[in-house]
Amino acid sequence: MFFFIIVKSYEYTNLRSTDEFCDFLARNLKTGILTMIAQHGEQAAISIALTGSGGAGVMTAGGLLLDAVGKHGCYGLQTRSVGPQIRGGESAALLRLSGDPVETHSACFDILLALDWNNYTRFSAEIPLNASSIVITDPAVDAAPETIAAAGCTMVELPLKEMADDISGGRVNMIALGVAAGAIGLPLETVSGLIAGKLASKGEAAVRSSVACVEAGFESGRAIADVPKLAPSSHSEASVRWLMTGNEAAALGAVRGGIRFAAAYPITPATEILEWLAPALTKVGGTLVQAEDELASINMIIGASFGGVPSITATSGPGFALMTEAIGLATAAEVPVVVVDVMRGGPSTGIPTKSEQSDLNIAVYGLHGDAPHIVVAPVSLADCLFTTQWAAHLAEAMQAPAIVLSDQFFGQARMIVDRPANVAFIAERKIAERCDNDYARYAVTADGVSPMAVPGTPCGQYTADGLEHSVSGTPSSSAEDHLKQLAKRRTKIESHDYGVHWAEIEGEGDLVILTWGSTAAPVREAARRARAQGANVKTVAVRLLAPLEVETLHAEISGARGVLVIEQTESAQFYRYLRSQCDLPANTRAVHQPGPLMIKPEDVLHEIMTELGR
Amino acid sequence: MNAPALPKASDYKSELKPVWCPGCGDYHVLLSLTKAFAALKLRPEEIAVVSGIGCSSRIPAYTNCYGFHGVHGRALPLGTGLKVARPELTVLVTGGDGDGFSIGGNHFLHACRRNIDITYVVMDNRVYGMTKGQPSPTTEPDWDSALSPGGTGVRPFHPLVIALASGANFVARTFSGDIKGTTDTIVQAINHPGFSFVEILSPCVTFRPDQRGWKSVVHPAPVEPTDDAARAARRIMTDDGFNVGVLYRGSREPYMVERAKETGEPAQFDGMFEI
Ligand SMILES: Cc1ncc(C[n+]2csc(CCOP(=O)(O)OP(=O)(O)O)c2C)c(N)n1
Ligand code: SF4
Repeated sequence: MFFFIIVKSYEYTNLRSTDEFCDFLARNLKTGILTMIAQHGEQAAISIALTGSGGAGVMTAGGLLLDAVGKHGCYGLQTRSVGPQIRGGESAALLRLSGDPVETHSACFDILLALDWNNYTRFSAEIPLNASSIVITDPAVDAAPETIAAAGCTMVELPLKEMADDISGGRVNMIALGVAAGAIGLPLETVSGLIAGKLASKGEAAVRSSVACVEAGFESGRAIADVPKLAPSSHSEASVRWLMTGNEAAALGAVRGGIRFAAAYPITPATEILEWLAPALTKVGGTLVQAEDELASINMIIGASFGGVPSITATSGPGFALMTEAIGLATAAEVPVVVVDVMRGGPSTGIPTKSEQSDLNIAVYGLHGDAPHIVVAPVSLADCLFTTQWAAHLAEAMQAPAIVLSDQFFGQARMIVDRPANVAFIAERKIAERCDNDYARYAVTADGVSPMAVPGTPCGQYTADGLEHSVSGTPSSSAEDHLKQLAKRRTKIESHDYGVHWAEIEGEGDLVILTWGSTAAPVREAARRARAQGANVKTVAVRLLAPLEVETLHAEISGARGVLVIEQTESAQFYRYLRSQCDLPANTRAVHQPGPLMIKPEDVLHEIMTELGR
Repeated sequence: MNAPALPKASDYKSELKPVWCPGCGDYHVLLSLTKAFAALKLRPEEIAVVSGIGCSSRIPAYTNCYGFHGVHGRALPLGTGLKVARPELTVLVTGGDGDGFSIGGNHFLHACRRNIDITYVVMDNRVYGMTKGQPSPTTEPDWDSALSPGGTGVRPFHPLVIALASGANFVARTFSGDIKGTTDTIVQAINHPGFSFVEILSPCVTFRPDQRGWKSVVHPAPVEPTDDAARAARRIMTDDGFNVGVLYRGSREPYMVERAKETGEPAQFDGMFEI
């Protein structure tokens, strides 16, 4: 599949990435426009899976490989797949590496490096292979499953264990790291330099044996024929790249957005947000409290925010469900809070370690009563930073709860990204600095937002209440007060100027794809590849899910020949939500698939081509 | 020049007329609470009274302090978050036995063990007043009601035992009709560092008319308050449910909020991610 090409077509100059180039090739191969000489060479992006049983250390090796790719100046991402054991079971490190930014896995793995085959079938659905895949194994461990042979992969046998045994203190995972680095053409010094730094705390002997393993593996890896090579970086020397997970990005966004209090109850896959915030908040004058459950954590942040301190909690579906009553309280009592739901497979305990977008309904509709609130979703892993920061700003500006719908893929994938911009959104609440005796906490204002007195302010005393109330906060069951306060709370959400941030839009075209969350990543990649093939495709990744910017959205789809709505749910929640609010054209088609498998760029590309009749 | 006038209980009362039934014990609790604030010379704006849902939980709005009438059972976390975020405030958490021991029971355990410097006042009428007369965790097992005809048959919950066992730093019981004793106990509870728990026997005259007789059954606890949890535990074993007084004054360090001395900028974290 790797070609050295003599291109006579000027079209080439329009291609943005080598991936597009490959698609371009594939299309033109048939038409004979191009003349090609098959050779081994660089490939736009390389997908590598490292698998092994508990204790084999594949996650460490995978992590170091991504680190090395970062040091080398390139991009990539790493996800993990683990067995059901709490700790130490078999695991797979899944990487995609490239000279250009990559933000999702592709439909096929180029290299599978299996340290052993224990329970491999647990991962096989997540590691699709085909005849061009190369499988590297150790003949000393058990034989590869039949499915591998059936896929027609090229099998390469290396005595990984024996190589490790030959080195004092040697470990197979470090041999594997060397093999992978050598195979894809990373410079040896980059990897060994990295190890010297990362393992320094483990002592000189550990560094020495690890470096020796990497060197040994490197040579065997380099000798493997027909392996795609990592393309040179497209990024300029001057630009700074970050390596982060979406959970870290969200936590940083919260701190940048002015959040200074968090309450926490652990849950996969959201815990890392809370664990990142715990030490970080104390460095910026804030605090985190570990709560006894999610009922407590949500109420704690409401209490802290009532005290004037911008507050956050993070959870996943089961915890979010427990929080909904109190989120309604935050709506009624007009207390700003940010709740991050890092979605996982549901319902119930579901699939805790896998991504799904099926909490959309509960986030949008899950509160009792007419309870206007804000729901936003990051449109990329790096955007977890901006979107969470924006959520803090929106919550504070409107004195209302803002829900951030992240997901397991964003939350836990490690990714090399261009440094996210430092935006200026800082939590800013309309505060009643000085009050007189007529102070009315819930006074009806033009924009629905009324100045909030924080405890300590003389004459500002009022009782925040989840009971319907008059403008002063006094409980009231009168129709007039109810109507007024309902309208006030709706107005402030609906009349807010959300600016251009409601969605990220790419391209122009007859075909419009509406998507959100981590599904936006494969959609964007597919659209770029489709554009390289001459297709006109526009992608709209919706960041502001509630309130939906219906008019703006209509403008984006007006005149489209076709609309695809793509999401990771079984019941097409996003499509149905859009249908309930927008006039989608009759030929709108919903493409939806539940977790745990992610939608791949190739799947989307197929849908695009089908839609365009190509 | 005249000395500044001493605060009066009425300075801490709002103008709102309580929704409570005439004769409800909670009126007395409100009076004692405001008297305690006056005795402590606290500024009303420096006090926050937080509650859940129930007749008793209506109390915040009847004070002239900052108040938060939250959702049923979650007053303790609400007050906890507020106190941790704003340690300089005097935070009181208030409510009923249903709110605190049934739906909010888990928070009660953890608030005791967390030992944050707040005061928790439970107006215990051994019934769900607001929902019109169902048994609560402190109701006698043979108390007949529409929801549990013939009684629940379930052993009552002993709030003082649970508070003590869970690590509350100050544990007391009072009777709402004893204004002086209640006021004095609330003053002590607020002054005592850490989590202070005060159970106030506060009759529900509407659904438990029998509780009008409480004033003749309550009696001062036969022993002095102790700082020895084991002695307090033994004493509680012989409690008939109507002993009033301070049972326990512990010396456990209150929850230390790691209030950062550092007030750094978020930019300090960028280095964690740069390649
Ligand atoms: C989640 C929820 N469940 C049930 C209720 C109904 N409810 C309101 S008050 C109450 C019990 C109140 O009893 P208690 O806390 O003892 O207070 P009292 O009214 O006796 O002062 C109940 C069950 C509610 N408001 N919210
Ligand atoms: S129902 Fe009982 S607790 Fe409620 S106000 Fe009336 S007397 Fe008081």
